[in-house]
Amino acid sequence: MLPRVLSLGVRRGPLTRRPGTLRGGFSLGKVVDDRWYCGSGVRPTSGCVPFRTRNRAPHWQDSGSAWGRGYKYWEEKLSEIKKKIQSVLPGTSLHPLYDSSHLPPDHSDVVIVGGGVLGLSVAYWLKKLEKQRGALRVLVVERDLTYSQASSALSLGGIHQQFSLPENIHLSLFSASFLRNINEHLAVVDAPPLDLQFNPLGYLWLASEKDAAAMENNVKVQRQEGAKVCLMSPDQLRNKFPWINTEGVALASYGMEDEGWFDPWCLLQGLRRKVQSMGVLFCQGEVTRFVSSSDRMLTKNQKEVKLKRIYEVHVKMDNSVEYQPVECALVINAAGAWSAQIAALAGIGKGPPDTLQGTKLPVEPRKRYVYVWHCPQGPGLESPLVADTSGTYFRREGLGSNYLGGRSPTEEEEPDPENLEVDHDFFQDKVWPHLAQRVPAFETLKVQNAWAGYYDYNTFDQNGVVGPHPLVVNMFFATGFSGHGLQQAPGVGRAVAEMILEGRFQTINLDSFLFSRFYLGEKIQEDNII
Amino acid sequence: MAAPWRSLRLVAPIGNRSTRGIHQLGGAVDPESSQKKRRTMLQYLSDHFYDVEFLRGYFLQNKMDKVHQKNRSFAHLEETHGPNNAGAFFILKQGGAVKFRDKEWIRPDKYGHFSQEFWNFSEVPVEAVDASDCAINYEGLENLHLLKELQSLSLQRCPHMDDWCLSRLYPLADSLQELSLAGCPRISERGLACLHHLQNLRRLDISNLPSVSNPGLTQILVEEMLPNCKVVGVNLAEGLKLGPEEQPQDTDRPIPA
Repeated sequence: MLPRVLSLGVRRGPLTRRPGTLRGGFSLGKVVDDRWYCGSGVRPTSGCVPFRTRNRAPHWQDSGSAWGRGYKYWEEKLSEIKKKIQSVLPGTSLHPLYDSSHLPPDHSDVVIVGGGVLGLSVAYWLKKLEKQRGALRVLVVERDLTYSQASSALSLGGIHQQFSLPENIHLSLFSASFLRNINEHLAVVDAPPLDLQFNPLGYLWLASEKDAAAMENNVKVQRQEGAKVCLMSPDQLRNKFPWINTEGVALASYGMEDEGWFDPWCLLQGLRRKVQSMGVLFCQGEVTRFVSSSDRMLTKNQKEVKLKRIYEVHVKMDNSVEYQPVECALVINAAGAWSAQIAALAGIGKGPPDTLQGTKLPVEPRKRYVYVWHCPQGPGLESPLVADTSGTYFRREGLGSNYLGGRSPTEEEEPDPENLEVDHDFFQDKVWPHLAQRVPAFETLKVQNAWAGYYDYNTFDQNGVVGPHPLVVNMFFATGFSGHGLQQAPGVGRAVAEMILEGRFQTINLDSFLFSRFYLGEKIQEDNII
Repeated sequence: MAAPWRSLRLVAPIGNRSTRGIHQLGGAVDPESSQKKRRTMLQYLSDHFYDVEFLRGYFLQNKMDKVHQKNRSFAHLEETHGPNNAGAFFILKQGGAVKFRDKEWIRPDKYGHFSQEFWNFSEVPVEAVDASDCAINYEGLENLHLLKELQSLSLQRCPHMDDWCLSRLYPLADSLQELSLAGCPRISERGLACLHHLQNLRRLDISNLPSVSNPGLTQILVEEMLPNCKVVGVNLAEGLKLGPEEQPQDTDRPIPA
């Protein structure tokens, strides 16, 4: 139970929904109050005044004296007048007593939780595809505007189409064409054009004997869907890239076009700039609560199911207990590695296991390391991003013989995702031997730098979750991409926007990425994940 | 960098000015001028009136649509006239020049008209294309893939050629021997790395590329990448100032302590 903080002389009032009730509006501070709404966020049925023990009203109101009655009367009157003025004045809400410019607005049609590349992409496509200019009011709530822990900013920025699922290939192709024309899509009047620093050198996936058949199959699917990928034998590999040691490699697939790596920070800032110019509001804050209403309905088989609808989002300011309730129609969960917490706030997963109510969102943060090293005799300018049979990957960075790379740890070696500290022993023991084995020149290298970032890892099948939740009807997901979220962000943003505005996926069919697959147990496994 | 280079200082590369062209009325400006306190009337109006901003966006969109129209697909001409003629028509429509094998250069005049006699050539391959100053971009390069026996390609000063486009040149690897990218404002060293597919290349011109961050080093790395090719264009001594050790010494001055 959260401790109660009462501000001077202001009472919360009876907690039933009446038009004149003050709710966080006209007061000197906000009351953090969770006693009634524990757990699922269902409000009490109207008409009953909840049991109040510690909500001690100021002493002058106990007796119903003239002053007490008058004070309450004036509070209500004032809030009615305020609402009348608000309805006349467009835009900002009227707060004559204090500055509320850092707070989000009182109402917003869509609230996007999470301001990373996926959240911004959804905001962009919503504003781009809306039928009438200014039809949707969109608010993006981001906890950390410096993006110090955001997966988008710490990502390597690679994009490739070498997936085994056709939907993933389509998403990646769409994103590549979006990035190629980024200065048309994200053009803002009087702003300099974006330079994504795209490096079109492609990905080179190596396969051992046992994976060769699967790789050949995958390449067939990729070429069918339109990706330009070619297969190479070990001899061709040695010819083209003489610095590779092809021992243990049976087959390699090389992406020729639309694959490479780019600067994710540039994409993030470009999206932010464009989205702000389109009228999306930004707010720095943390979502602490969803207030929802529920309806009990009967299915065809006369089973009772409870459908919830979130009508209010509480956004708490940084380093303060102040919060603003934002009335909303839709909530989009694009919180990346922390999506599971946001889903839990909405009551997803609260129920007996093996039921739809009890299915949690299986996305958790997983820490991944990236190391930068310098090797003067290393592969030349033409080296692609090489993904080895052991899961190790590396690519060249810039003109000065620097390389970036890493490896996904196995399930047993998973590091603790509590902080972003780098484990250098992991490089010594687990990454370097494989690098040196694959590229003999890497036997003499010197690590310059390293950092760690989170994957929003989907423990179910390592593919994203897109679309609405079956029970919380107005929460949409755009998360859980387990390391390939950045390269699929434009496509996923468009898909979510289409789902919201048209009711179905139009450009790319992502029906297999819906939440219900977790309950039905339908895994869509993706093989090529690093 | 090793010790001998420390005494030489390289001049900073020039900024990416030429992209102003497409965005001029549409409104993107280069970063240096946006720092200026005094803005133009047009920028002032855009900041204060939605209509002006929308109009500018509309003009920008129009400009981009024109470029897309120029780079539309000409593949439908392939079945009727053959791939060489279709590809040649595309280049000539853009304003470039084409040379068929054993024939003269066909060049459009300043009104955009060109000789139509090449439609009668049957199966004569196109040997050389001069697409200098053309608005050819990524989609347009697909039309260039129709020319399977192209030997020389000149893409000098093309304003829309960027790194993505260079990754589309690999289908011409078998025949292409000469390539010129001089003066393209958007090409950087990342795109030049894609040229490693063109193993038959004998002459590559990469002079005057303003977006390449380190022209000298890039040239050396590209030469390493394409051993059989003569890479032209960067004067390695260009922009180097004499360091203090090489300054002419004043003989009257006593030796510094």
